Amino acid sequence: MTADFFLSLAQAIAKGLLTGMVYGLMALGLSVVFGVMRIVNFAHGEMMVVGMYLAWMGFEYLQVSPMLSLPLIAILFFAAGYALQRGLISPFINRPEHQQFLLLLAIAILLVNACLAIAGPDLRGVQMEAQFESYELGPLVLDAVRLHAALTAIAIAGLLWLFFTRTRTGKSIRAAADNHTGALVVGLDVRRLYAFTFGVGAACVGAAGALMITIIPVSPFLAVEYTLLAFVIVIVGGLGSMTGALAGGLLIGVSEAVAGLLLQPSLKSMFSFGLLILVLLLRPQGLFGKAGS
Amino acid sequence: MSLLLQVEALGLYYGDAQALDGVSLDIAAGEIVAIVGANGAGKSSLIRVIHGIEKPASGRVRFDGVDIAGWPSFRVCEAGIGHVAEGRQVFPNLSVLENLEMGAVPRRARAREKQTLDRVFSLFPRLAERRRQAAGTLSGGEQQMLAIGRCLMGQPRLIMFDEPSLGLAPTIVQEVFRIVHQLNEEGLTILLVEQNVMASLKIAHRGYVLENGRIELSGTGAELLGDDRVRQAYLGL
Repeated sequence: MTADFFLSLAQAIAKGLLTGMVYGLMALGLSVVFGVMRIVNFAHGEMMVVGMYLAWMGFEYLQVSPMLSLPLIAILFFAAGYALQRGLISPFINRPEHQQFLLLLAIAILLVNACLAIAGPDLRGVQMEAQFESYELGPLVLDAVRLHAALTAIAIAGLLWLFFTRTRTGKSIRAAADNHTGALVVGLDVRRLYAFTFGVGAACVGAAGALMITIIPVSPFLAVEYTLLAFVIVIVGGLGSMTGALAGGLLIGVSEAVAGLLLQPSLKSMFSFGLLILVLLLRPQGLFGKAGS
Repeated sequence: MSLLLQVEALGLYYGDAQALDGVSLDIAAGEIVAIVGANGAGKSSLIRVIHGIEKPASGRVRFDGVDIAGWPSFRVCEAGIGHVAEGRQVFPNLSVLENLEMGAVPRRARAREKQTLDRVFSLFPRLAERRRQAAGTLSGGEQQMLAIGRCLMGQPRLIMFDEPSLGLAPTIVQEVFRIVHQLNEEGLTILLVEQNVMASLKIAHRGYVLENGRIELSGTGAELLGDDRVRQAYLGL
């Protein structure tokens, strides 16, 4: 092994960690929704892709950087998520899981085909000056866009943590996730909290989409991949654990980048799924999950 | 005395099974009213309907003159009814302090949150000591104190206790009944559902006997304690 190899390995890991932050933010949206209301959002990757398209459109037609349209996209996603939960998902919350699955699958199909109808099947990406810039960290070269995206993802995760530990609504959501009967007993408006939670989950994935478009171009067919990726991350990290979603994102980000280096980029999913199988065998509750939950 | 709670001909079904069959009862402001009966008689169902967690098939629930039957539970709490649920139902991963904060849901309670918290801590010094600890790490007795404290944070006028002594050590059970009594002396109206028939009828002003979803007997606590049917069926005398 040469020093060259180790440098490119370190380079791949650094790149994977940065992408992994954005993955983590995406998975956080899935994890929060599942952790609180036990709804598995099968339209998660589709929502991610919609977020990417919105950021792309803002850039393409209005010349707004995805970093600037991000807050707007997050707010829009929050409102849409809130309304979606209140109007469509809420009646399904006590129904059998296969019915919830069908509902969310239907939403997924609608979203992905709307993207296809509006933007077409081709890859769409943004061309930003920052994409040609990089930072040097010792011998490592970090892409500027990737670093910006990762730092923004960390900042958003931090805000989310503050929301869940410092605000009344955030604490109420944790309470409702902790003990549903207890929440009813103290008089929390659980339906409103659920809608809020879905809104927060949607805002996470919308923001992650706006960040992701600066790194990678989007096509409607990426949606299914992102849904799977988010599941893998959340299961590896531990269902319902926020730390787990972030750590899982980093792990999968690194494994993809290393797979791309050692084998070829098209085989990166093999590493992620291999990791998933390993975790399911050795620690089924996930790295940060609690046994029995 | 004015009637604070009037339950009229309440009916509830779980699927085809009838859990409550025309249950009527009154509670005057300032009273302790006990509801006793065997497991599965419908005691908890009654509380859950009053609180809006279950929707009644028929009947009325008047609180302070307003029909609240079928209201969602957060509005019932807002109206001034507190609930200390069976199994305590604390939030295990939230700290003691966060659990208490979650009790102050009604807007009028939120305005006086600080004072109520001080009162709860003086009532239950253990909770003050353990305020940073996750509620799930407390003992059963401490969790019951937390459940009561959390309910007080909502500043209710009526508290419904559902099996507050279930699964607790005898000394803690005594403590729970002492607190129920004390809260009543401070002006709170109490609806007490208990399988501990003797202890609950002793501190209750009045009581009802619930069997198979129906009220079979009612009277003052002393009357019921002296009733042969109650003595045979529930006290084993």
